[in-house]
Amino acid sequence: MKNILSTSNLNIGYKSKKAVTTIAEHLNLNLASGKLISLIGANGIGKSTLLRTITGIQKPLSGKVYLNDKNISDYKPLELAQNLSLVLTEKLPPSNLSVFELVALGRQPYTNWVDTLSDDDIEKVQQAMQLTQIEHLARKKHFEISDGQLQKVLIARALAQDTPLIILDEPTTHLDLLHKVSLFKLLKKLTQETQKCILFSTHDIDLAIQLSDEMIVMTPESITQDQPCNLISNGTFNALFKDENIIFDAEKGKFIVT
Amino acid sequence: MTDKKRNTILFLMLAAGLVFMFLASISLGSVTIPLKEVFTSLTGGQASKSTWEYIIINYRLPKAITAVLVGAGLSISGLLMQTLFRNPLAGPYVLGLSSGASLGVAFVILGAGFLPSFLRTIALSPYGIVMASTLGSTLVLLLVLVVSQRLKDTMAILIVGLMFGSFTTAIVSVLTYFSTAEQLQKFTFWSMGSLGNLSWSTIGIFSVCVLIGLLLSAGSIKPLNALLLGENYAKSVGLNFKKARLIIIFATSILAGSITAFAGPIAFIGLAVPHIAKLTFQTSNHSILFWSTLFFGAAIMLFCDIVSEMPGFDITLPINAITSIIGAPVVIWLLVRKRNFR
Repeated sequence: MKNILSTSNLNIGYKSKKAVTTIAEHLNLNLASGKLISLIGANGIGKSTLLRTITGIQKPLSGKVYLNDKNISDYKPLELAQNLSLVLTEKLPPSNLSVFELVALGRQPYTNWVDTLSDDDIEKVQQAMQLTQIEHLARKKHFEISDGQLQKVLIARALAQDTPLIILDEPTTHLDLLHKVSLFKLLKKLTQETQKCILFSTHDIDLAIQLSDEMIVMTPESITQDQPCNLISNGTFNALFKDENIIFDAEKGKFIVT
Repeated sequence: MTDKKRNTILFLMLAAGLVFMFLASISLGSVTIPLKEVFTSLTGGQASKSTWEYIIINYRLPKAITAVLVGAGLSISGLLMQTLFRNPLAGPYVLGLSSGASLGVAFVILGAGFLPSFLRTIALSPYGIVMASTLGSTLVLLLVLVVSQRLKDTMAILIVGLMFGSFTTAIVSVLTYFSTAEQLQKFTFWSMGSLGNLSWSTIGIFSVCVLIGLLLSAGSIKPLNALLLGENYAKSVGLNFKKARLIIIFATSILAGSITAFAGPIAFIGLAVPHIAKLTFQTSNHSILFWSTLFFGAAIMLFCDIVSEMPGFDITLPINAITSIIGAPVVIWLLVRKRNFR
């Protein structure tokens, strides 16, 4: 199993003029190809900071992030775009983009200066749309489709970018249970069929436990990466929420309200 | 690929329309010159009346070329701003760029009296006016940019543009209080907008400015497409955001600045034309939008010029009034059918 992204002794947090706020220390995470990995943690624990740091948007306080054995801060923007693609939570600005055009924007790291799509580009776009089953939407405008469909379109855009690693920030918010499950299943299928590594943050812990190969659990004390079954037997999930109203039932593999 | 076929047909129609408008604007005016004579004269032949030839070479042709440059340049600067600010209502006039340019020109024309005489001649030369006006528009654009990063709300940016507009108007009225009747007249005529005041040599400088702006914009087609997804996605597909933004800002400023300097503040073209192009071609792809906006801008400006000349009458209406009369309803119409307003 090939390691795509790894961190060595990574400390993450914010530096302001007055003080340094450390969110987590000594992180040694490994993201391997063909794996679906979920990132969970309570609100405000620093999931976004972690994602921003390992995608090179934010500088680490100390330690290194390696993408394909090369320090992520040594990447040029274009080279990084060919190795790492993102699906973000932010709303798209108003535009007339059709679904096809939106997915095709994933080919930008490979197109010429006027953004012409080559035959190879068009094939990659169509493959991505096939894998995510959105071909029938190709000619629709991006604002005419449902939230679930839009999320698939954004994933197709990341696929078209043709990178070994895809990182998604809370891809299942705003979706109902049915669409959450189908989205997770899609991600699972993609890792198996394309051997890509997919990392996503989520609050749907029950589903993540059932479907991910590995999980990264953020608690105030520590950040642990392991397989879901090991995390259950370790009792890691009990530390997730410090509240007497909610406990983790190890037998059922989910949280219950007391 | 029905889209490709449709776009080709649309582009051919648009090009034909542009050529027709160009010839018509030369043909029509207080004296009507038959199209056939216009054609002979432009292709190097002899028109049957020497006065016609004189009118064409010295008045109508420079004016038509100015109209093409103004229309194309303003529309492209509007397109760039709408994508950069993620705001369908952005444009050089609405965001206060034209007001900024006006302020620069007002300082030069109305304030020249305070300068020592050798500086006065430099300031009042076409170069001085272009510099002042480009500086003014760049300054306003930078201010709007700073504000837009603090206020993510798109409506707030428009209000800020509006405020700059009234602020500059106020400064200009203070300046007019201290200026002579002659200076005031010069400024008032400039502020009404005019396509017909440029000599062949000024057209030379003007076209160089507009060409630089258009070339930089053409070079920004790919970054502009990336920006359709928002700043963060654009960065994630390999865009050097800061560099791209700098080029786009410079292109917009030089376009809006030089056009305002030479033709006066012209309203609504920059806002309305990109929308007409977007609605016609049904796309957000800037490699198509760039050319369609360019052609539409030139053709519509030529049309406004023909209307302002009032063919058959002896009067000329200010061009700024015509673009507002045509442009304002277009914008309202766009707002009303907001569902497709993107």
